[in-house]
Amino acid sequence: MSQATLAPHAGAHGHHGHKADAAAYDPAVDAPAEHHPIFDYDSGPPVERGKFAIWLFLATEVMFFTGLIGTYIILRTGSAAWPNPEERLAVDITAFNTFVLIISSWLMVRALQAAQKGDRAGILKWLGATILGGALFVGIQVYEYIELYKHGNWPNVDIFWSTFYAMTGFHGLHVVVGVIWLICAWFGAARGRYTAQNYMGLELAGLYWHFVDLVWVLLFTIVYLF
Amino acid sequence: MSLLNPSNGWWTALAVLVAALLVLVTFVKYTRLWLVLLIGLVPVLGVWTFVKAPEWGLWFPEDVSTHGKGMDQLFYMIMWMVTFTFVLTEVALVWCVFRYHEKVPGKSLFTHGSHKLEMIWTAIPAVALLVIAFAQIGTFKRIKFENHWPTGGPYSAQKPIAHVIAYQFAWLMRYPDENGSFDSVDVVESPFDFVVPVDTDIMFHLKSRDVLHSFFLPNLRLKQDAVPGMTIPMWFKATKVGEYDLICAELCGWGHYKMAGKLIVKSKADYDAWLAQKRAELKSNGKADLSNMEEGQ
Amino acid sequence: MSPADSSAAPATAPKHAPAHHPDAHPAHEGPLGIAPAGTVHVSHDHHELGFIRKYIFSVDHKVIAIQFMLTGLFFLVLGGLFAMAIRHQVAWPWKPIPGMGLLFPETGGVISPEFYTMLFTMHGTIMIFFVIIPLLTGAFGNFLIPLMVGAPDMAFPKLNMFGYWAMIPAIFFAILGFFVEGGAAAAGWTAYPPLSTILSAAPGSLNGQTCWLMALTWVGVSSMMGAVNYVTTIVKMRAPGLTMMRLPLSIWGLFISALLQLFALPVLTAASILQLLDRTLHTGFFTPSNLLVNSVRPEAFQSAGTAAIDAASGGHPLLWQHLFWFYSHPAVYIMVLPAMGFASDILSVHARKPVFGYKPMVYSICAIAGLGFIVWGHHMFTSGMNPALGMSFMVATIMIALPSAVKVFNWIGTLWGSRIHLTSAMLNALAFVSMFIIGGLSGIWMAATPVDIYIHDTYIVVAHFHYVVFAGSVFAIWAGIYHWFPKMFGRQMNETLGKLHFIGSFVFTNGVFYMMHQLGLAGLMRRTADPYTYTTYAHLQECNELITICAFLLFAWQIFFVINFFHSMFWGKRVGRNPWKANTLEWDAPSPPGHGNFDRELAVYRGPYEFGSPEVAEDYLPQTRKLGDGAGKPAPAHAHH
Ligand code: HEA
Ligand code: HEA
Ligand code: CUA
Ligand SMILES: [Cu+2]
Repeated sequence: MSQATLAPHAGAHGHHGHKADAAAYDPAVDAPAEHHPIFDYDSGPPVERGKFAIWLFLATEVMFFTGLIGTYIILRTGSAAWPNPEERLAVDITAFNTFVLIISSWLMVRALQAAQKGDRAGILKWLGATILGGALFVGIQVYEYIELYKHGNWPNVDIFWSTFYAMTGFHGLHVVVGVIWLICAWFGAARGRYTAQNYMGLELAGLYWHFVDLVWVLLFTIVYLF
Repeated sequence: MSLLNPSNGWWTALAVLVAALLVLVTFVKYTRLWLVLLIGLVPVLGVWTFVKAPEWGLWFPEDVSTHGKGMDQLFYMIMWMVTFTFVLTEVALVWCVFRYHEKVPGKSLFTHGSHKLEMIWTAIPAVALLVIAFAQIGTFKRIKFENHWPTGGPYSAQKPIAHVIAYQFAWLMRYPDENGSFDSVDVVESPFDFVVPVDTDIMFHLKSRDVLHSFFLPNLRLKQDAVPGMTIPMWFKATKVGEYDLICAELCGWGHYKMAGKLIVKSKADYDAWLAQKRAELKSNGKADLSNMEEGQ
Repeated sequence: MSPADSSAAPATAPKHAPAHHPDAHPAHEGPLGIAPAGTVHVSHDHHELGFIRKYIFSVDHKVIAIQFMLTGLFFLVLGGLFAMAIRHQVAWPWKPIPGMGLLFPETGGVISPEFYTMLFTMHGTIMIFFVIIPLLTGAFGNFLIPLMVGAPDMAFPKLNMFGYWAMIPAIFFAILGFFVEGGAAAAGWTAYPPLSTILSAAPGSLNGQTCWLMALTWVGVSSMMGAVNYVTTIVKMRAPGLTMMRLPLSIWGLFISALLQLFALPVLTAASILQLLDRTLHTGFFTPSNLLVNSVRPEAFQSAGTAAIDAASGGHPLLWQHLFWFYSHPAVYIMVLPAMGFASDILSVHARKPVFGYKPMVYSICAIAGLGFIVWGHHMFTSGMNPALGMSFMVATIMIALPSAVKVFNWIGTLWGSRIHLTSAMLNALAFVSMFIIGGLSGIWMAATPVDIYIHDTYIVVAHFHYVVFAGSVFAIWAGIYHWFPKMFGRQMNETLGKLHFIGSFVFTNGVFYMMHQLGLAGLMRRTADPYTYTTYAHLQECNELITICAFLLFAWQIFFVINFFHSMFWGKRVGRNPWKANTLEWDAPSPPGHGNFDRELAVYRGPYEFGSPEVAEDYLPQTRKLGDGAGKPAPAHAHH
């Protein structure tokens, strides 16, 4: 078969000691070296791999919410009429809830600052406050859902409620995931996982948390205010 | 149409099989020769089938519309362009396989590309593609854009000849009563048959009662999905009296394949007579069947 | 001289950083936690793994790649069987399929119209989501990326394992569909609502459609995990000297399609969740109010009073189409960009000539992907979308032919003046080029809006996409299997069987799909269980019979591939590290590569395609070979020297 003589000049002085007939198996050259270190190189922009990946992940999240928000905008502009959100939703309570989430973002920043100083007690304090803020947000949202349900406003009633529940519901799920993540980070901090030199895990959780807050500000604006 | 004659169909298959077997037993030995012939055969047979296809009936059905001409011309224009590109690229490929085999002494040409060539083969297709892009705009506008819709004639977007309603798995054409109203018990209903006068700008409203369907008239080169919740005005002009298939072209469930209607093009006099007779039938029968609603209301 | 072949020292020369574990970032790293550029050594951890850890719950990218490959090939057979049933029905409607009476005793082996809709729905779904995408990105992406960039594994091996395991629920739901009440999904692979959202609209939309949506969501999760891993590995783990512009085109194809997945897939995930809500909670994102299906009101908004409906009318079926194609058009490029990359690599290696116009090739991959995001509306020219919007989609679609043209001409340029070795891999790569041209060119007809009004949803569309996905991507996959099989299994596939497999496949593929163009011109609709009820189509049956015979032969022919694949896996000829005398990094690793892939340190000095270089006596010049000051001596130490 022809591939045995691929190269017209099968030079014997190849690199890495490749022999003339490269196709035939020669254990002296081709067998894997038995004890070798594992070579792991770094390249690309000066970002930690985990951080790089979390940005990619957040990009997918942005696109996910783009899909949902796009759906909302198209259905709303395509509708003959749209109810005034103020008549259907308790905007003031949710405005307070938005405030809670924004504060929790700030608390998260403080937690990270504590980590940068290597202040473990500080991390636990600020992170704990962040978690409480997130939990409060979820609590208020669940309360809102229950109240709405009691008034017979469920996703299958009309397209306003369909889009409302889809968007706030998926955001709520993200907050729950975020809270769980932060709780894990809290226990990690309690076991001293973050030092002034290495607080990557906390930083990643923080990035996610800020993203979730940002999305909420957007959702609150378009769903509740407009 | 001898090649695809039913009685010859199996013989053709057999011939293909024998030829394939012949190629096969010798391919491993004469790889390059056969490959040159086979890749070479692709454009040859490809162009040949396009030449023969009209003869075999594997080509556009008769065009009886005013929309069809522009569309067919555009098709042919693109066909010449892509056929040229197709033959050119395949021949170049075959030539390379034929000419540059491993036994040619020496090394390959050592080159990493040519800026000039890249410019040439970007610029030329770019021009060709722009031509294609602009050539179609007029035709598409004429069929689809609102400012090309017929006005002045008997039918317009406000005064459609009929409402065409699609539902699983049937068509219902509703013609207005004498006053042009569609909300009347005197609406003429014509299941499956879409009767229109010849040489007239026909405007109709397309609706669906349940899922997506598509209103497809191959002989008029017209296709439009029927979307539940939407009323889509459409227009065409048939130029020849006759009966033509109305086909549902969007998957609408298990009965999609048999959702067949008919476009019946009549002379203007025949059309008027048909409509008058239908209206008379209605009056003698009492009222229209109101169970057939346009939408689910 | 082009920068690609300069033997300049690598941009980042390997510096030996103190050994440490990559997961634990030591204190000496900079304030940003960046490891200094250079080599990171992990000490020998060659502990033996049990069978389960090694082959089932493996975190090794090579094993995961093979898992994806076997899964994909299994589904290729299944999807192919569905295709055969489709072809039988289209050629001989309502005739019993010989032998199928056992499986379908109620009908005596006759395909019912309901089952026909399920057949092509699941054929399309399986082929796209369980065959082409898993094979290209799952199997080849996993196998090639770490090896071709010189990494010991993916950036996140555990995530990689979950990526494969997310396929298991996907497979489960896809298969389950056939066994639930009502049968499998029956709304086409495009799942257009309201057919897909109204439970009473089609038998398969009772429960099968729910299974379909679950399957799709899980496939999406799998692809997403893969894509994060691929992009991170390619950007962050390249060997010293391997700049982005020295990457093989296979990696570029995989890289850009991973980006496409990252940015397009979440939208489909959102859309399928919304469709799931429409089906389960009876929301109405895609279902207008006031429908009447089979004399039954659909579930959506049933409880609402008229007041609510007035205040906010129902959803919109076209919304789904926009969301679906926003993903699924980029997805067709996910299905072809890696294939184009493989073709470029294989043409270059087996023609012993550098890829012509490397940079234009890279830019055109990027251009295809970029434009691919703004053309989705070309699937909707007749959907009722605003025609003015249609025009802008048309122009973008036509323009996408331009970067594709650049690729085709550069492939021909690569072959020009080369020395072609007609190996099985090369044959399939050549066939890819010759048939991708056909599929691409028929795309131009469809991009022309007025022509598409006529040919939309006819067999010319079926011809178009089978030429690009079957004659294109599947042939490129075959080429890739023949080419990288030695690296995967340390053994070569049999060339005689490979050639036999190629020739029959090539002939019968054209036999199956070429005449579909003419059928489409004659107006033949796709997705019709029995076209001959229309007088317009009555005379098309003979042509369909011919096509079906070719399809059966095509399927039967694959026996040569199956035999070759499994035989060579265990008894094929043993080969060394670099059987094709190729230049890229994967050929520096042992065949098959062991744990950690490379047993030598890597330094990259040039681009991936230096074939026929006058600088050396051989006709190939590996990326890692150092020339000049080192007097041709290999820089890295080898265990056996
Ligand atoms: C791998 C998959 C793949 C690829 C690469 C493509 C590539 C292209 N596709 Fe295709 N397409 C599909 C998969 C793919 N498609 C699928 C699966 C469907 C159907 C989905 C369904 O409905 O079920 C579809 C449907 C589809 C439609 C909708 C048809 C309809 O339903 O009515 C259209 C319309 O514009 C289209 C256009 C194009 C174009 C313009 C390209 C271009 O990218 C092609 C560019 C390439 C070339 C043009 C050839 C090379 C160029 C030259 C040799 C020289 C220059 C040429 C000229 C000067 C003309 N495709
Ligand atoms: C990647 C995608 C892909 C592939 C490969 C194929 C392959 C084939 N397809 Fe299909 N097809 C689609 C994607 C694909 N298809 C899609 C998306 C649709 C639209 C569905 C819809 O309308 O919703 C469709 C629809 C479709 C139709 C239209 C149905 C209709 O509208 O009514 C037809 C009809 O002829 C058809 C035929 C075929 C045939 C004959 C093959 C043959 O090429 C198949 C031959 C099979 C093989 C050659 C596989 C053999 C196995 C191996 C090689 C692996 C073995 C190896 C080991 C186990 C080691 N397909
Ligand atoms: Cu109605 Cu298809
Ligand atoms: Cu597309």
